[in-house]
Amino acid sequence: MDIAFFVEVLAGGLLAGVMYSLVALGFVLIYKASGVFNFAQGAMVFFAALTFVSLGERGWNFWLALAVTLVVMVLLGLAIERVVLRPLVNQPPITLFMATIGLTFVLEGLSQLVWGSQPHGLELGIPDVPMEWLSQKWNINISQFDIFAAFVAGLLVAVLAVFFQKTRIGRALRAVADDHQAALAVGIPLQHIWAIVWGVAGFVALVAGLIWGVRNGVQFALTFVALKALPVLLIGGFESIPGAILGGLIIGATEKLAEVYVGPMVGGGIESWFAYVVALIFLLFRPEGLFGEKHIDRV
Amino acid sequence: MLYREAGQFKSTYAEDQQIFPIRQDRVAVSLLLAFAFVVVPAIGDQYWLGAIITPFLIFALAALGLNILTGYAGQLSLGTAAFMAVGAFMTYNFVLRMPWLGILPSIILAGLCAAAVGIVFGLPSLRIKGFYLAVATLACQFFVLWVLQRFGWFTNYSSSGVVTAQQIAILDFPFNTPERKYLLTLGIVVVMALAAKNLMRSETGRAFMAVRDMDVAASVIGIPMMKTKLLAFAISSFYCGVAGALHAFCFLGTVEPEAYSLDLSFRILFMVIIGGVGSILGSFLGAAFITLFPIFLNLVSTGLSQATGVEVSHALISNLESIIFGGLIVFFLIVEPQGLARLWQIAKEKLRLWPFPH
Repeated sequence: MDIAFFVEVLAGGLLAGVMYSLVALGFVLIYKASGVFNFAQGAMVFFAALTFVSLGERGWNFWLALAVTLVVMVLLGLAIERVVLRPLVNQPPITLFMATIGLTFVLEGLSQLVWGSQPHGLELGIPDVPMEWLSQKWNINISQFDIFAAFVAGLLVAVLAVFFQKTRIGRALRAVADDHQAALAVGIPLQHIWAIVWGVAGFVALVAGLIWGVRNGVQFALTFVALKALPVLLIGGFESIPGAILGGLIIGATEKLAEVYVGPMVGGGIESWFAYVVALIFLLFRPEGLFGEKHIDRV
Repeated sequence: MLYREAGQFKSTYAEDQQIFPIRQDRVAVSLLLAFAFVVVPAIGDQYWLGAIITPFLIFALAALGLNILTGYAGQLSLGTAAFMAVGAFMTYNFVLRMPWLGILPSIILAGLCAAAVGIVFGLPSLRIKGFYLAVATLACQFFVLWVLQRFGWFTNYSSSGVVTAQQIAILDFPFNTPERKYLLTLGIVVVMALAAKNLMRSETGRAFMAVRDMDVAASVIGIPMMKTKLLAFAISSFYCGVAGALHAFCFLGTVEPEAYSLDLSFRILFMVIIGGVGSILGSFLGAAFITLFPIFLNLVSTGLSQATGVEVSHALISNLESIIFGGLIVFFLIVEPQGLARLWQIAKEKLRLWPFPH
């Protein structure tokens, strides 16, 4: 086996996994704070990327477009909390889940209604080409952009960690995640907290949308990245931010390795389901994922 | 006054246990069945029967299957379309490779194949619950479709992956017109719906509901967890498999993997939620709503554009439809989280009292 090639595949997989984690983070944030499995995260990623790229194409300055998109995403998060979630408080989780699927339809329709449905290219100024010194020295091709994406993801996690650990709002968020009723009892306004979480999820969706938009172009297929993020959640656990990162790395690496080494044996195309099977095998040993909360059932 | 059970005494156990204990219900159901079997084929035209009512019945059957699993046994599944695909492809292969079998046994065998697949992918349910399980069933959705596309045997090595469903006939009576296909579908759906209704009133159904309400408590009172959960997956997949076979043979006329995408799984889940979780009637109401609503929207939008004379682009309409559809689902969940079946129950309560205020 060619070691350089193996390393290249592995590194490519790990970096792709980081991109999955970016999407998974959005799921985790909302699940952690409100127990809602937000299926609309993929649509939010698409909406954010499409808004940004369309503003850019209308000649807006990069930073201005970024700021406006961020404001739009936060407003969207607030609106979702107000219009969809607040009337559904205390409903069973499956109802909330279905509501977010309904939301997915609305967002997909809305974004294409406003900005049109033709695919766009997106440039952030970092070329998606292999790094020269690596390929010259060891003959390993790793894209510059992948490194950039990994850096962004790391930064994002660091920012979120500081936000959750050090700020007043972050501590309130963790309290709500631990126990809704106890949080209410000590005077944390639950609805503000949920609004903030959805706003933050909108921000994460924007970052994920930009990174994925550069990689695959901003088009409708972007909504499917959510499906790629789900096995990551299974492995990492629905409630854990480090789990999302680690799960992404595991999924990314095994998926790429399997694609290259196992795929040809069965005729290819296995990337559509392989990640799910890996996640399933993981679950057989750890039913709550790596860092998910253990549930103790009492009768 | 009309809908009252006062004075209907039951003097035998059989009477006490019949499916519809109220006489008015029995009359209403028989009238409905008579209407569906006799009047609908007589007055329905090609379009109505072939493109609206038959798919409605097929989706209702699939929703019923999912409702057994999700509504009664409490296991959330997103792999419904995959089970339908198994049913469709296996029926095609049974008819192709064992033509002497006849169409009905082929459909039943295909349903059993779907049930076997359902048991395999139901195994994780013994370890994991809730959304973890829902996401795990996505593995089924993607894996099954991949297998069907990847291995030529299933499509009889057709180059395009799309095969035409064979002509179906029972005892040399061909089912080749929309009316006949409708009647075949209706017959199967009625039999299976009654079977489901009965099953859910039996020990099995009660075991399902106990598992749904709290599985630890259920296992404490002696309900075998593995058997019950896997049986729920098997029965549900059987229903979905039969629905898939009808979908391919009586509605589409082709057998193709693309028809059984994740979208279809979601649509069927919508039917269950909007119709009512844990309700046989709800499956039908939900299927009717989800099938008819896009058609209704389409009619309204074309009518509007004709009335106002504004030329509206197709993309605009489809996006608007998507928004309205999604918005309506959210709206429905907010105003009636228990689904349409609950509205029907409320109507029945009201009907009992009418015309008196109390």
